[in-house]
Amino acid sequence: MDGGATGPAGGHGDVGAALRAACADVRPAGEGDAVSGVAASWVVTPRSAEEAAAVMRASARHDLAVVPTGAGTKLDWGAPPNRLDVILRTSGLTGDVEHAPGDLVARVPAGMALSDLAGVLAEHGQQLVLDDPTGSATVGGALATATAGPRRLLYGTARDLLIGITVVRPDGAITRSGGKVVKNVAGYDLGKLYTGSYGTLGLIVDATFRLHPLPAARAFVTAVYAGAEEAARAAHQVAGSQAVASAVEVERTGPGAPVSVAVLLEGVPEGVAARSQAVRRILGYDSQVAADPPVWWGRLPSLDGGVLVEVTFPLSALGRVLAAIDEAAGRAGARPAVRGSGAGALCLGLLPDVEPSVPAEFVPLLRAELGPLGGHVVVRRAPDPVRPRLDLWGPVAALPLMRRVKERFDPGYRVSPGRFAGGI
Amino acid sequence: MRALAERFREILGDDGVITDPVRLRTYECDGLTVHRATPGIVVLPGTAEQIAEIVRECNAARTPYIARGSGTGLSGGALPRADGVLIVTSRMRRIIEIDVANQRAVVEPGVTNLAISQAARPHGYYYAPDPSSQQICSIGGNVAENSGGAHCLKYGFTVNHVLACEIVTPDGEITWLGGGDPGYDLLGAFIGSEGTLGIATKVVVRLTRTPEAVLTLLAAFDGIERGGRAVSAIIGAGIVPAAIEMMDALAIEAAEAAVGCGYPEGAGAVLIVELDGPEAEVRHQFERVETICAEAGAFELRVARDDAERAAVWTGRKSAFAAVGRISPAYIVQDGVVPRTALPEVLAAIDALSADYGIRVANVFHAGDGNLHPLVLFDDAVPGEGTRAEEVSGRILDLCVEHGGSITGEHGVGVDKSRYMTKMFGDDDLDTMQLLRCAFDPMNLCNPGKVFPTPRLCGEAPGVRRGVHPLVASGEAELF
Repeated sequence: MDGGATGPAGGHGDVGAALRAACADVRPAGEGDAVSGVAASWVVTPRSAEEAAAVMRASARHDLAVVPTGAGTKLDWGAPPNRLDVILRTSGLTGDVEHAPGDLVARVPAGMALSDLAGVLAEHGQQLVLDDPTGSATVGGALATATAGPRRLLYGTARDLLIGITVVRPDGAITRSGGKVVKNVAGYDLGKLYTGSYGTLGLIVDATFRLHPLPAARAFVTAVYAGAEEAARAAHQVAGSQAVASAVEVERTGPGAPVSVAVLLEGVPEGVAARSQAVRRILGYDSQVAADPPVWWGRLPSLDGGVLVEVTFPLSALGRVLAAIDEAAGRAGARPAVRGSGAGALCLGLLPDVEPSVPAEFVPLLRAELGPLGGHVVVRRAPDPVRPRLDLWGPVAALPLMRRVKERFDPGYRVSPGRFAGGI
Repeated sequence: MRALAERFREILGDDGVITDPVRLRTYECDGLTVHRATPGIVVLPGTAEQIAEIVRECNAARTPYIARGSGTGLSGGALPRADGVLIVTSRMRRIIEIDVANQRAVVEPGVTNLAISQAARPHGYYYAPDPSSQQICSIGGNVAENSGGAHCLKYGFTVNHVLACEIVTPDGEITWLGGGDPGYDLLGAFIGSEGTLGIATKVVVRLTRTPEAVLTLLAAFDGIERGGRAVSAIIGAGIVPAAIEMMDALAIEAAEAAVGCGYPEGAGAVLIVELDGPEAEVRHQFERVETICAEAGAFELRVARDDAERAAVWTGRKSAFAAVGRISPAYIVQDGVVPRTALPEVLAAIDALSADYGIRVANVFHAGDGNLHPLVLFDDAVPGEGTRAEEVSGRILDLCVEHGGSITGEHGVGVDKSRYMTKMFGDDDLDTMQLLRCAFDPMNLCNPGKVFPTPRLCGEAPGVRRGVHPLVASGEAELF
């Protein structure tokens, strides 16, 4: 151990030397090298899994806290780390995609942007059906935070598309689980555990996904309703219909505002045309069919830095959830914008300049309203003045088991410490 | 054991505990009959609370316990131990709720896979994963094994269709996993853990809308190669069928002998392609599949347009495993996976193995996802043939791993394949899996000896291997 030597200014030649021996791209942290206001001492950018592993080993040896980051689109999500020495950037973990079009799988480096991956896969008429609500996330970042978009309704989320993963453990071992074939039940599926773990179990260096063909045709059917209940009924009816929508999304700019419903259909041209008409019959004859999505489609409702709340609930509760949001918002004086999925997941956004007391009142009220409906409320992001006043995660039933998992994987609480539920 | 049985009688009553040696033998194996062991005690609990109490008693007595559903598993995952307790869920068969509005059902672990679909069907829904044993296999077993089935090409596996589970942890606590809770996806890790992380006591499954249209095609080819070409062309055309199944000449011969499925005469391979979904999509894509098969050299195409015709097409395929009993005194059912594009090469290599060893291999496989079920045929009355068949079976797994595949696609590792795990995974990979196991089951009493080859003790740091562990040497702990 290095005692108190944790930063470039602390007389800890050892730590710098150890990191430099591990990785070619190491620099002392500068202004802005921080995670949710917690300053780092070092920034490292490994170029390979081996370099990343060497960094993790050096960090273990010197008891350094490490927070991995990709494009940084969600670095202010979750709680701030309770200590931080090294920011590990995955931007050097790029390189080639191993795309096997005939097998509909691809192995992708963690530092690659999802949008770049889409371009590579499209050359062979294929796609990873993982919608990126931020627009510029890396593969590793999307996995670590388990973000999902509209098409979760039909295709599931990252955990349903991930078939293999390589992770550098906090002690520096490079480990794999899963594989390169879709059908595989050999060993524990640790990819599920890493997905959505906010970097608290290790560093994702690459991931293998099952792919889908790009559809030959798609159409968006949209309608606007004055009342939330009416909109929810229409969305629920589409989700249970034979149209097999890829996505059913709702949007509301604020409490009491009209609610838009948009349905995505994908398939062969003849099929999409027929199904669009079937969906119009459900949404009503004021509904429109368009080739392109509405502008709000698949994007988060909150501007950079605003409060972002994710609400999940059973499918049929959409109308009651929208009403509950209005109720809580009214009492707290909040004006949340709402976007999300008929699959039972909504995102609520509050403006960055919101008075801290407003979300502090709104979130507990919302939890109280949604609990009886089987809903969960998680604050994905809250700006500094608001965050300390909020319980970001709410109740977590299996928290004791989760703590034990963390303690096995990272006994020193050194990777992304404190970023996750229950102080994990 | 006797004291434990007494304690169990207090919890479950006399009829919930089996200690009679003859009755115990009913439970000596699962669907993989080559491994057998008579359990020390069998218990038949009716509630999660009873299972929790049983687990706590086992912990206090340092006695291993193993959960079992219907016992249809094909890797010995529910193989009992003479020094252990077998917890059988067959009394937990309630379908608690069919919740159509939320497209889900809540069931107890002993409910059969098919019973869920039957209960949902009047509402226009079904439970999508369909392992061949679906008439008898239990949903608890499906959760343990992450069961697939012929239609998982399009719909995925158990893990994609289970929304939440109530489990009894190896601590003997009752907790829920999943269900929208924030935090680690412990549900995802639990499903497919082969009963080593706890016992599912309630399962919330997703219900899927019964498809508007289903069309099934039987295409006959002169051999596997042309059939394989058709499969590649279908996938290449951007079509994701619900199922693509293939059988070779020997498998067809067996199926004809057993059930007279009446597949086209002279077929060296048959391909079953099923499409489902919205009528307009299915009709259009089906025409393309027919054209593709014809162009690949199919000499006969049969279209099943209703449930009865479809059942006739599937009869041969679904009977294939049991049917080889008609053409061979004994056989091994293998389960391996290769990348789909490697199928032709791997099938040719299996042919060569078969010729080398003088052992016949019938091939039945899920062609869409490269999941092979080679049936290795032998006569156990001929000295040495059983051993040669085992060798062929093992070499087939080597082929799968060499081609970047897996040692099991859906049957699980169990006791049968734990020794093959090191072919797929390195020490660090297996150690990491052990970290999860130790988090759940630090005493290593929950279905020990399955999945992993000689795991380290939970107190050890990963990556560190010693000689004989002091706790083992002193008799305080045992490596299973």
